[in-house]
Order: sequence, then C-alpha cells, then structure tokens
Amino acid sequence: MDGGFSSLRLEAVGAVRTALVSAENLQLTLKTELSQEEQALTHTSANSGPEETHRTGGIFSVLRNEDLKEMLESSKESLKLEAMKRIVGLIAKGKNASELFPAVVKNVASKNIELKKLVYVYLVRYAEEQQDLALLSISTFQRALKDPNQLIRASALRVLSSIRVPIIVPIMMLAIKEAATDLSPYVRKTSAHAIQKLYSLDPEQKEQLIEVIEKLLKDKSTLVAGSVVMAFEEVCPDRIDLIHKNYRKLCNLLVDVEEWGQVVIISMLTRYARTQFTSPWKEGATFDENNEKAFYDSEEEKKDQVEAKPYVMDPDHRLLLRNTKPLLQSRNTAVVMSVAQLYWHLAPKHEVSVVTKSLVRLLRSHREVQYIVLQNIATMSIQRKGMFEPYMKSFYVRSTDATHIKTLKLEILTNLANEANISTILREFQTYVKSQDKAFAAATIQAIGRCATNISEVTDTCLNGLVLLLSNRDETVVAESVVVIKKLLQMQPTQHCEIIKHMAKLFDNITVSMARASILWLIGEYCERVPKIAPDVLRKMAKSFTAEEDIVKLQTVNLAAKLYLTNSKQTKLLTQYILNLGKYDQNYDIRDRTRFIRQLIVPNEKSGALSKYARRILLAPKPAPVLESAFKDRDRFQLGTLSHSLNIKATGYLELSDWPAVAPDQSVRNVEVIEPVGSLPSLLLTYSVAVVHTYSDEFPFVCKSSDQTWTVFGFSESGSEDESDEKSSEESDKSSSESESEQKKKKKTKKAPQKKAKPTTVNIPTFGPVKSHELLHHMTGKGLSARYHFPRQPCLYQPNMVAVQVTLTNGSDHSLEEIHIGDRSPASLNLHCFNTIERLEPEASVTVSMGIDFSDSTQAANFQLCTKDDQFSVSIQPAVGELLMPSSMTEQDFCKEQGKLLGMNETSLSLLQRWSHWQFMAFTHVLLFASRFAGRTVSSGALVLVTAESRESSTALLTINTDKSIMASMLLRDLKQALAQA
Amino acid sequence: MINSLFLINHSGDIFLEKHWKSVISRSVCDYFFEAKEKAVEPENVPPVLQTPHHYLISIYRDKLFFLSVIQTEVPPLFVIEFLHRVAEMFQDYFGECSEMVIKDNVVIVYELLEEMLDNGFPLATESNVLKEMIRPPTILRSVVNTLTGSSNVGETLPTGQLSTIPWRRAGVKYTNNEAYFDVIEEIDAILDKSGTTVFAEIQGVIEACVKLSGMPDLTLSFMNPRLLDDVSFHPCVRFKRWESERVLSFIPPDGNFTLMTYHVSAQNLVAIPVYVKQNISFFESGSCGRLDLTVGPKQTMGKTVEGMMITVHMPKAVLSANLTATQGTYTYDLATKVLVWDIGKLNPQKLPNLRGSLSLQSGAPKPEENPSLNIDLKIQQLAISGLKVNRLDMYGEKYKPFKGVKYVTKAGKFQVIRHDWTVFLACKGKP
Repeated sequence: MDGGFSSLRLEAVGAVRTALVSAENLQLTLKTELSQEEQALTHTSANSGPEETHRTGGIFSVLRNEDLKEMLESSKESLKLEAMKRIVGLIAKGKNASELFPAVVKNVASKNIELKKLVYVYLVRYAEEQQDLALLSISTFQRALKDPNQLIRASALRVLSSIRVPIIVPIMMLAIKEAATDLSPYVRKTSAHAIQKLYSLDPEQKEQLIEVIEKLLKDKSTLVAGSVVMAFEEVCPDRIDLIHKNYRKLCNLLVDVEEWGQVVIISMLTRYARTQFTSPWKEGATFDENNEKAFYDSEEEKKDQVEAKPYVMDPDHRLLLRNTKPLLQSRNTAVVMSVAQLYWHLAPKHEVSVVTKSLVRLLRSHREVQYIVLQNIATMSIQRKGMFEPYMKSFYVRSTDATHIKTLKLEILTNLANEANISTILREFQTYVKSQDKAFAAATIQAIGRCATNISEVTDTCLNGLVLLLSNRDETVVAESVVVIKKLLQMQPTQHCEIIKHMAKLFDNITVSMARASILWLIGEYCERVPKIAPDVLRKMAKSFTAEEDIVKLQTVNLAAKLYLTNSKQTKLLTQYILNLGKYDQNYDIRDRTRFIRQLIVPNEKSGALSKYARRILLAPKPAPVLESAFKDRDRFQLGTLSHSLNIKATGYLELSDWPAVAPDQSVRNVEVIEPVGSLPSLLLTYSVAVVHTYSDEFPFVCKSSDQTWTVFGFSESGSEDESDEKSSEESDKSSSESESEQKKKKKTKKAPQKKAKPTTVNIPTFGPVKSHELLHHMTGKGLSARYHFPRQPCLYQPNMVAVQVTLTNGSDHSLEEIHIGDRSPASLNLHCFNTIERLEPEASVTVSMGIDFSDSTQAANFQLCTKDDQFSVSIQPAVGELLMPSSMTEQDFCKEQGKLLGMNETSLSLLQRWSHWQFMAFTHVLLFASRFAGRTVSSGALVLVTAESRESSTALLTINTDKSIMASMLLRDLKQALAQA
Repeated sequence: MINSLFLINHSGDIFLEKHWKSVISRSVCDYFFEAKEKAVEPENVPPVLQTPHHYLISIYRDKLFFLSVIQTEVPPLFVIEFLHRVAEMFQDYFGECSEMVIKDNVVIVYELLEEMLDNGFPLATESNVLKEMIRPPTILRSVVNTLTGSSNVGETLPTGQLSTIPWRRAGVKYTNNEAYFDVIEEIDAILDKSGTTVFAEIQGVIEACVKLSGMPDLTLSFMNPRLLDDVSFHPCVRFKRWESERVLSFIPPDGNFTLMTYHVSAQNLVAIPVYVKQNISFFESGSCGRLDLTVGPKQTMGKTVEGMMITVHMPKAVLSANLTATQGTYTYDLATKVLVWDIGKLNPQKLPNLRGSLSLQSGAPKPEENPSLNIDLKIQQLAISGLKVNRLDMYGEKYKPFKGVKYVTKAGKFQVIRHDWTVFLACKGKP
C-alpha cells in the first residue's frame, strides 16, 4: 500500500505548514510564495490518484484548519480576514472546511464589511450541514433586519433566507412579510427572492407565500417586478388570477425592468395571454390584408368587411405585442429570444416576421447562443419558410463552425428549400459534401435527399448528383449516398434500373455495412428489373455470408427469399444454402428470420395457408419513406425553452395552453382608479359616479351603471368649442369618455369601435382636451405672450371661483421682470392673483394659476397684466360650460330636482333632423341609456339639469332645467351648435 | 434557476465551484466529461446536456468551460447569456479570463459571483454597480490593502442599484472630462475564386469610453443613419428617440461599454477592400502541388490596408511547403496543417506574392478539396460602410468635455472559397 508514501508527504506538508505559520507572523508578503509551494505539493499528491488525494486532502485540511482556527480567534482583524480568504479559497476548490464552523460563526457580527461578507459566504455554504451552530447567527440577522440602512436590511434577509435550516422557517416567514412592505424597493426585491428560497425549503408555506406574492405583484417599482414574477413562476404559476389586475402595469413597466426580469416577465405573459385572449390566427390569410387596412386606414369605407370579421384583437393583447417589440433591440440575447417566442406564440401570423431580423442578428453572437437560436429557427422555418428565406445566406455553413452548428444550419437550409432557391442551395451543398468533416458531409447528403423528395423538380438532378458521388473516394460519402439513393429510388423505381445496376457494380468496393445492406435491399426489391444481375449478387453474397455484418446478413436473407419467389430456377440452391448458413448463425435475429423465411417460401405440409401469400407478403409495394425534419414535432414545446432545446419535457416545464374558444371576461384586468377628490375634472355636466361598466357588443361605449345611476362621462366640450377641439379629443387616448364627440367619431373613423372596446374603466372622466385661448399676443405684449385655459378643476383658492391657468412666455431677447396683475374691471371683480414673477428669462415660459369669480355670467373679466415697464389690458371670457361643476346624484334625486324646476325654469329644443343615419344611431344609443346630466354653477351653486330624450324616428329632445334661465338658453345654444357641427 | 457553477479548464480539472442553492456534488460533471470526450474538439461539446436529475448548460470560452447546473425549466439562452456576462466580468476585472488569474483572485471571484446571483437569479450584472461593491484589484490597492488592512469591498450599496439608471454609478468625478467613441466595423464576406462576392455584410459596433463627471445626458447623431439595417443597444439608449429621430440619446455608464451594435447588409454597400489571386493545385502524379497567391488592394477609399494576414487550412495530405514570399513571412504548422502568411502593410505599388511548391504525403490520393483562404486585415481611420458620426451633444452638465471618434475597419469572417459548380449542374443533361 502507499500508506508509507503518503505519510512521508504528510510530513513534508507539515514542515511547510510550520514554516508558513512562522512566516505569517513575520511578514505577509512571503506567504504567497510559500502557499504556492504548498500548492505544488498538494498537486503532486493529486497526480498520484484521486482516491489518495481525497485522503491526503482530508488529513491535510485538519492540519491546515488548526492554524486557520487560531487566526480566526486572534484579535487582529487582518489575520481574521486572511483566514477567511483562505477558507473561501478552500470552498471554491470544493474542499471541506466544515469543522471551522464554530470559529467562523463567531465573526458574523464583525464590523469589517469584507470579513462579514466572507463569513456570510461561508455560512450559506455550510449552514445546512451544521444546523445547530447556524442558529447562533440568527439573532445577528434579526437585528440587522431592523437596521436603518436598506443595504444591511437587504443583505441580512438575503443571508437569512439562504440558510437552509428548517427550524427557522417561521422567522424567515416573518422577515419576508416585513420586508415585502419595506419602503426600499431594493429590500422588497430581496424579499421576492427570499420567497422562492423559503418555498423550496418548506413547500407547506405556499399559501402564506402566495399572499406575499400577491402583495408584491402590486408593487410599482421596476426593481421588484422581475423578481416577484420569478417568485410567482416558481411558487404558484397556476394562479393566473393574480396577474389580471397587474397585467397592464407589467406591460407598461416592461421596457424599464432590468434585462433578466424582462425575460421572466415576457415568458409569464406569453402563458397568460394564451389563456386570456382569443386566437388571432383564425381568420386565415385573406383576413390579414384587410385587417391592416381596417386598423390604419380609417377613412376607407370598409365597414361591412369589418363587421363580417368578428375577430377584433383585445386591446390588452395588442398592448403586450406593442410593448415588447422595442425589446427586440436589446443587447441581451435572452431578451430578444423571449420576445421572438412571444410573437411566435401570440402575434397574428403576418406580424411574426418582425422578429426575423433580430433573430438573424443573434447568429453573430457566441457559439452557444447560435446553437440555441438555430434550434428555434429550425422549428420556425418548418412552418414559416417565408420568414427566413430572405436571410438564407446567413445560414451558409462556414468551415470554422462547430459541428452542431453546421448540422443545424443544414437543417434550416433544407427547410427553406423551394423551387426558386433550390439550385442555389444545391450549389452550396456540393461544397459541403467535399468538407473534410466527414460526418458533416454525410449529413449534407441526407439533406440533399430531403430536398429531392420535397421538391419534385430536382429529384432527378439530385439523384444523378448522388450517383456521381458513388465514385467518391471517401467511404462515408459513398455509403451515405447509397442509403439516400435507396430512399429516393423507392419513390420512382421504374426509371432507374440503370442506377441499380450501377450500384450493384459498386457493391464489391463498398465496405460500410449500412450501404451494403441498402444495395441488397434495392436489388431484392426490384429484382425483376435487374434479372441478370440479382442472382449474381446473391451468388457473391453466399460466398461471403459468414463474414458479413448482421444487418447485411438480414438483407441477404431477404434478397434470397425474394429471388426464390421470382426466379427460383436460378436461385433455389443458393437460397437454400444461405438459409442453412443463417440457421446456424450466432445472432438469434438472423436465426429467427431464417426460420421465418423458410416456412414462408418453401412449401411443406406444415406451412399451410401462409406460403400461398408469400409473394404478396414479401413483394408488396412499399410506401416510400418520408424524409422529415428532425424538428418536425418540436413545436409542441414553447420556443426558447430548455424543453424545446432538448426535445424532452424538462422538470418544471409549463405547458402553453391552447387559445380559449371564447375569451374570458376582459374586465378582470380593469384597475379601479381611485382618483383623489381634488383632481376631479370638471367637465361640463358630468356625473362622477364610480360604476362598473359593461360594454354592449355593438356600441361598446354605451355605459350602464349598477346602481341605477346612468352615467355619461364628460360632455367635455361645451358648445362654444370649435371643430379643432373635437379632433384633439379624438386623439386623446381616453376619449372613450366623450359621448358627444363619440358619434362624430363614429362617422369619421371605423377604428372607433375597436378603440372603444378597450375596457379601461374610466370611472372619473379624464380631462377634456385642453383648449387654450390667447390672452396676450407677443406683438402687443412687446415680447410677452400669454395664453390661458380652464383646467376644469375645483379652484384651490375659493370654491366659488373658476380655476384658470395662464402660461406666460417671454418671446423677447431680454428678460422681463416683475410680471404681475394690475387693475381690474369691473372693479368688483373677485380675482385671485398669481404671485409676482420676479424674472422671466428670454425663451422661458412659466405657468401660473389664478382664480376668477365670474358670478355665473359669461361676462369677460378684464384686468391688466403688468411687467416692470409696461401694462397690457387683457380679458378672459369664459364659455358657459366652464361655469359649471359636475354634480353627482341618483336617478331619484335627479327626477325630484327636475320636478322642482319646471315651467319657467325649463328650456328645451328638439334636434337631429338632418343627421345621417349613423350619427343618429350613435347619438340615440347614447341617449337611450345615458341621458341625464347634472351640474352646479360654480359661483352660486345653482343646479343645472340636462335631459336628452330620443323621440320618434329622427328627433331627440334636449331639455335643460335650471333657475338660471339665461344660462340655460346659452347652454342650449352651445350644445346645439356643437352637435350640429358633426 | 442557476443552481451551481463549475469552472473547468482545458484538461478537464474542476478548479472552482460555487453553489447558489443546495450543494450539488461535482460528480455531476462526469456527464459533461463524457460528452466532452465524445466531441473531441471542445468547441463541439453541445451547450445543453441532460443528465438523470439535472441539466447542464455550458459555454466554452478563453479555453475554459463555464458549466452551470440547472434543475428546472429555464430559457437556455438566459443561462448562456449570463455565463458570458460572468466571463466578461472577469475580463473586465482582471484584464484576462484565464485559470491562473481566477485562481489568483479567487476571493474576488467568489465575491463577484455572490453578488451576481441571488438564489440563482441575476442580481447585479452591471459592471458599474459591481465595481462599486467590489473594487477591482490594482497593484496600488493591493499594497494599500496589505498595509492598512482595508478591503476591496465597498462600504455602501451602489446607488445605481437603487435608481432607475442602474448602469451608472453616482458621484462620478473627473478632472479631465472626455468621451471617446470607436466605430469598429468588420466585414464578413465569402468571395469565390473569381473574386465575385457570394455573400457580404458589415457588422459594426460602437465601443465607448466615457469619463464624464456627474450625470451627463449625451446625444450622438449620425450623418447617415439610414445605412443601419439592424441595431441593438445598450440598455441606456432611449429607444423611442431612436425610433423617431434616429439619434442615440443616453445617460452613459461610467467607463468602457458597448453602446450599440449594428448591421449593414445591402450588398452593393459593402466595399471589398482587397482581392486575392490564388492558384493552388495538386498534381495527380509525383505527390506535389503548387501554390501561388497574390494580394492587391481593391476598394480601400484611399486608406492603407494594414495587418494583412492570410490563413490557409491545407488538406491533411500536405506534408510541407517550400515557398517564397516577396513580402512578409510565412509559417506552415505541420500538426494543424495551417499555412499563415503574415504580410503586414499592403503596398499598392508592389503587390505581395507568395509562391512555391507543396509536397504531399507519398501515395496519398490527390486532395479533392481545394483549401479556402481566410483573410485578416485592418484599415485605420475608415468605416467601410461610410457611417459617420455627425455630432455629440451633452446636456445636464456645465463643463465642456473633450470628444473624439475613431474609425477602424477589420476583416471578420472573410473567406475566399473555391466552388466547383460542375457536379450537379453538369449531370443535369445526362440520362
């Protein structure tokens, strides 16, 4: 045994060790050299066999550990640090350092950050093995969890959750829950990571952890999003309901999330979308073009077609596609791939090709990246040739490519081959056939065979080319050619007896068994076409039978049987000889086959009925083999996954569900927007009642409320607004709120219904389009210009004032000073001025807000706008609509109030005579349901009620009840004007 | 996600292991060694392997294998991309990524790996962030550390980690504020024997070295952005501005980074700077052959071609080469059968030529494949696509930075191959 040898070495090591310890005390620099020497020693021992290394290592480490312990217990920080560094070195090498646990764990509370970090590294590595001792450190972490510094809190949680000791599960749970509500997003991120750790330690905690995940999913920080979705995927991927409310937020945050988080979120959203939206693929190709037009070409009168096609993409579905697209430009290949697979699985067919260019770009990345991307392209290219055909040259094989890359490129080129490009591809292939990498050359020949079967135009060319290859010097090439030719001939054997003869001639020179077997099969199958050659080949085979490979023997038996049936005169004896040889073969397959064949073809009393059919059994026409891509069925796996790459279902693979036939309720993704009262937009005549909206199919913008209060958001335009306002309101994204402009849009654009279908709950009407008016032109203002608009919000200063925002711009080349408001007229005008602006630089502008009490009249408020040197008279005249604030009330109250304001207080007007059918439909639909509006005047708070009723056929009645009769008539006039402008 | 990482050297020794979840025995690597054995060349090892209980995803780079152990489904590119980031980080920290350097800096390596992943999920992968937490080793610092006992570990959390600009550290200060951009273009081309372009495209990359104080907001615009066919950006680039205005607007990371990569593919745009006249032939009898190569400039836009080098992978049968070069030197490696002709600067007046005889193994059949040539070259002060940076503006800071742009063109995968068009097309007529 080598015991003596190793003890010798041990001594040597011991000597170095002592030297080392003394050196350590003397000088730090010397140490590195010594430890190298010592490394060299360990190395020599490593060379003398793995088992011994292990043993030596074990004893060695005990020795080494003694002084490490000493160092750790010393009072000097630098020594401790040095010891920890060496321990980490041991861990890195995979050596066991677990006995040091007690010594190390003492330093967990060290002040030195590096020391502390190294102790953490150690703890996380060994805590599982030393559970009891690990508990000693827990209190330190618990204290650190309360530290004011977010970093320390985060790192404490990181380590605490990494200690895989079941006993501390409750402590971890508590820490995670607390950290999930931490103010610092970094700590919350850490808690999301900790969730997964705790779950893998104790799956029992699932329910509680899901609660935390639910909470963290609501987090708006981009820092947290990726990590919490990761936790979701690991703990409860089936709880898709948790995503609903966060779906839109995640889509919108996506661009700003860090790259790794993006990958996780995109893959989760892909799965989500497949369960929530209907398939965009159903309509087929004809739909594609129309679809495009319907979306973008709004003036086009294609409405019938649109109606005929019921598929309208869910806006949320569109949102996902739109927000992921920019990520195709990411530098991170994993992100690009995940967007590509998202498009592949979710986008309408004609949109998938946007990912092509980016995928091809990834082919210029590292070899491993190429490998994965090529695999995915291979799967894609089977279904969608067109996507990659323009980039065919990117898949040309280079001599420097690795073998697996070459094979994949070949696969893709074969998939891409069609009538138009086949000659180019074949030309490329023939260079590959000559490659020095013979395995690759063989794969190329297979690929040529596939091209030949798929594209009938080139079958002959390929076949001839392959026959020429039969005279190739390289055996692998010849053999592979034979195998492929065999498959090709099976497709159309009649024309090719020449080739069969040629191959029979080559037979003697071919040694590769698969090729020999193939030739034998061919001759047997078509023996009637080569009646002279076949028996001769059989004769040769009879001679060499015993020396052949099994596969060749089997085919020889087949050949013999077939010849016996067709040409028994010449071959009877040969066949019997071969069958006799086969009977005593070593391989039982061959013995079996021989016995079977003999019973089948040689008639005797036992064989009975079957031998009658021998000819039909053996010489039945056989279907040609289908040469298929190895990637044919890969698409059962989601692209870009590990499962796809291995073509096997990996642990934890989540199936991508099929599209639902009917989309689940879209409204689950609606998020309740709880707007603070202060920002209540004051649209003219608005109920602001939070309601649940459902949209009818045809007129998605018609809204109902659950509590009997009919709601229309925002008659945002008062009658005085002009046409341009209407347009801007259309552009505003949330214009779903404007009933009035609605009907106009209905006429103008066909996109309207789709846009409206977006189930955003706009509980509170959004700000109407801001129409700004000129207050002071810069020509008259000597460079100072001013514009104002009504923000339609309650005035901050006094409730009876109307809020006005004034934007002042300095268009001159010198700065203006002391801008303020001077005299006003009428002098009684109640005005809240903005604070004096000390200085306005050239080109600069500033927005200030002021309040004006118009006393419910449309009389202009006149005042002076002053600078240090000048005064300018300006005036603000409000539209009647600006003098109203929304008021909410129930239907009952409305009717009651209306009852009080009859007679003198009622003004009405019938409308709509000259409206087109469409306008009318839209408007009456609005009116049918949402026909009551209530508001109060700002200044006096008088109630203003507007009712719109549809009357017979083409008229509707607009009624206003208020005691401010002048206001009523003005309002009516404005409304009429606005509606008439349609 | 990523469970463990093993670093394995060329000869198959595991010299570093790191586990982010439960410890996995290194015996799992045996499956990898098996595959490595089978693949012969390290490049041919499949990047994704399956074992009974784990999945192995590996990259091979700088003569090292980075082998990660995975337990559940994960996008393989996610892991591959991360492993390359790790390798890049080593490169960034230590100047090179080799076994020696990793062993020498094992503590820093371990600290880095600890910060880069938490529970197998990437935590901090930005160089700017990591460098604030763990300082890269320098000679000065190691001396200081030894004397004062201070450490390489930063005291505070990098602000980048917490801000919306995770790639930039806060409080950057320089006395000289400078921003340099290198526009580097590589030509990938396949030329056939007659010099016709079979395939050509340009890969470009803009490498930046930005040393600016504070929080500068930069805008880089091009004279001819339409040239760019496909682009990918560092996360700092605002995609929306690129979409609408074709300018690069970004708050840069501190130090060196890759701002963008791009692609120019339209074939007529790709100028081929050199041509190679080649004549390599083997005789049927006498087991010898002849080689004659001449190189000349083609479309160089008036610049000098430097660093010309031609590599020929000879057929296995070629035993030795007896050649004379009019310029530069040639070497023939007998083991790998690679002929390298290092030409240097290309002189348009006197075209470099390499000619002579090749001797073949006696009795060996005449090699049927004619070798392809790989060309290497470099042209300074020229972006072959014609891409030009128009201007660089800085907002957000008051000082005037020093700005510079440099252009370089290189050969990427530049091959001259010999196609024999005959085989298939000729046989078309035959019965």
